[in-house]
Amino acid sequence: MIVAKVWKFGDNIDTDLIIPARYLNTSDEIELAKHCMEDADPEFVKKAKKGDCIVAGFNFGSGSSREHAPIAIKAAGISCVIAKSFARIFYRNAFNIGLPILELPQTDKIDEGDILEIDTKTGKIFNKTKNQTYQATAIPEFMQELIESGGLFNYAKKMIQKGA
Amino acid sequence: MGKMTISQKILAKHANREFVKPGEIILADVDLAFANDVTAPIVIKFVNDLGGVIANKDKIALIPDHFTPNKDINSANQCKIMRDFVKQNKIEHYWESGEVGIEHALLPEQGFIKPGMLIVGADSHTCTHGAFGAFATGMGSSDVGFAFATGKSWFRVPESIKFVINGKKNKWVSGKDFILKIIGTIGVDGALYKSMEFCGHAISELSMDDRMTMCNMAIEAGGKNGIIQADNITIDYLKERNITDYEIFQSDDDAIYANVYEFDASNIEPQIAFPHLPENTKGISEIKEDIKIDQAFIGSCTNGRISDLRIAAQILKNNKVAKYVRLIVIPATVEIYKQALKEGLFDIFLESGAVISTPTCGPCLGGHMGILADGEVAISTSNRNFVGRMGSPKSFVYLANPAVVAASAIAGKIINPDEVVK
Repeated sequence: MIVAKVWKFGDNIDTDLIIPARYLNTSDEIELAKHCMEDADPEFVKKAKKGDCIVAGFNFGSGSSREHAPIAIKAAGISCVIAKSFARIFYRNAFNIGLPILELPQTDKIDEGDILEIDTKTGKIFNKTKNQTYQATAIPEFMQELIESGGLFNYAKKMIQKGA
Repeated sequence: MGKMTISQKILAKHANREFVKPGEIILADVDLAFANDVTAPIVIKFVNDLGGVIANKDKIALIPDHFTPNKDINSANQCKIMRDFVKQNKIEHYWESGEVGIEHALLPEQGFIKPGMLIVGADSHTCTHGAFGAFATGMGSSDVGFAFATGKSWFRVPESIKFVINGKKNKWVSGKDFILKIIGTIGVDGALYKSMEFCGHAISELSMDDRMTMCNMAIEAGGKNGIIQADNITIDYLKERNITDYEIFQSDDDAIYANVYEFDASNIEPQIAFPHLPENTKGISEIKEDIKIDQAFIGSCTNGRISDLRIAAQILKNNKVAKYVRLIVIPATVEIYKQALKEGLFDIFLESGAVISTPTCGPCLGGHMGILADGEVAISTSNRNFVGRMGSPKSFVYLANPAVVAASAIAGKIINPDEVVK
């Protein structure tokens, strides 16, 4: 269970807003974290505390395939991203690097500063500030398997061992 | 057996299955997996942490195109990680500065892309290669690392949307305008998770360059892939590269589509995407205000090919770039660079006042070779006009085809090429 304060963003938060290409000359997560969400809100990294979450609208993570985007968010201490929908490459990348993400159609009901209790396994979200409960879209079965086997890396490890 | 789209058929074949249905998840054999200097270091870490296993060295490629020639120390270090990996593993498909070009122009030109292939790249514009009737999609570094190590990738079989464009193409209209029109119609998440299949007479008449431009921007509508069935134009392009071993797939007549959109090419004029989303499109005649520009860019994986440079040169010939405007021209590969030089296009560009760079992604992603200052406005043949995409988060990017960009560079504002070429 995650207890997290909300930072709210709109629709189409693209990967250039999450981590601008000018910082992609490194894949060091501490460096990337320093610039997380910089072009959407230059103060974000200063304001956000470890464990906070991001709540956004449609098509979060659109644009580039850069895995640096979920890496920057995770390394900045963000515990979870909740959005109405995710761009597909970002969706895969987030699972692959272990950043919890949830699809929730009713993110408009959530405001900045709200405190959420998030169960990333069941997708159940309780808004403590507003005393509301929401249910996120179920995570596809295969993605659950991936998570259970310890992510894509461990899944690959098993495959290679089996093949050898 | 159920009917299938071209995308379903290619995925089924690579999963060794008779039939796959949209929504199901399959593990499929990948024919080509590649990464660039931004994404490769994470791919390499994934592979090395697994013990350095590479399933098939012939089926992987590494292309240092984003920040090369190395723009700073960090970028140089990223490229060094890539080069060391290539040397250590004796990987053949690698190109150094002097040979390298933008991955999505280089790979087809060098004969790596064939109809029916299943391709994954750690770059979102990998969808470009669907222009050859292949299934090509962008993924993150871990996914591509997985493909390097296992030779496979998992896919959720996408539903398909069909885009039919019939009719005669207008003057100054190109594949760029078709795809901008489509994105303007369905929006930047209009094809989320879906396959975008392009067909119709107007598509059949497009050159391979224009088809690549269209499939390139499928990702800008959220698409998983863009795809055009291979035909005689594709076969001729492959013949020039002595490629004859491939399988052509086509959608069944009664395949099921999530949606079908029809367009009449004769109703499509040059399109301009306004800041800060590719869906903010307007036909050029709808623009009534003067939009002054500071920079014009002709290049990128979208529009840096020889036909793009030819049309730009046609417009720039005997004309000068407006005062205080920078026109940056970047041929996408060394072959294109040499061809443009041979055809005398460089003389025209240089006479007009343009600057020509070595092949690189460069300014398209605000990397180097032409970054925008606060408040500046650019018109670009590239694919994204997000906030901060080409430099300052306070700059503005308009997307257009190469003819419009060349004409606008001359006028110092966004105009119809007709106003320059009488």
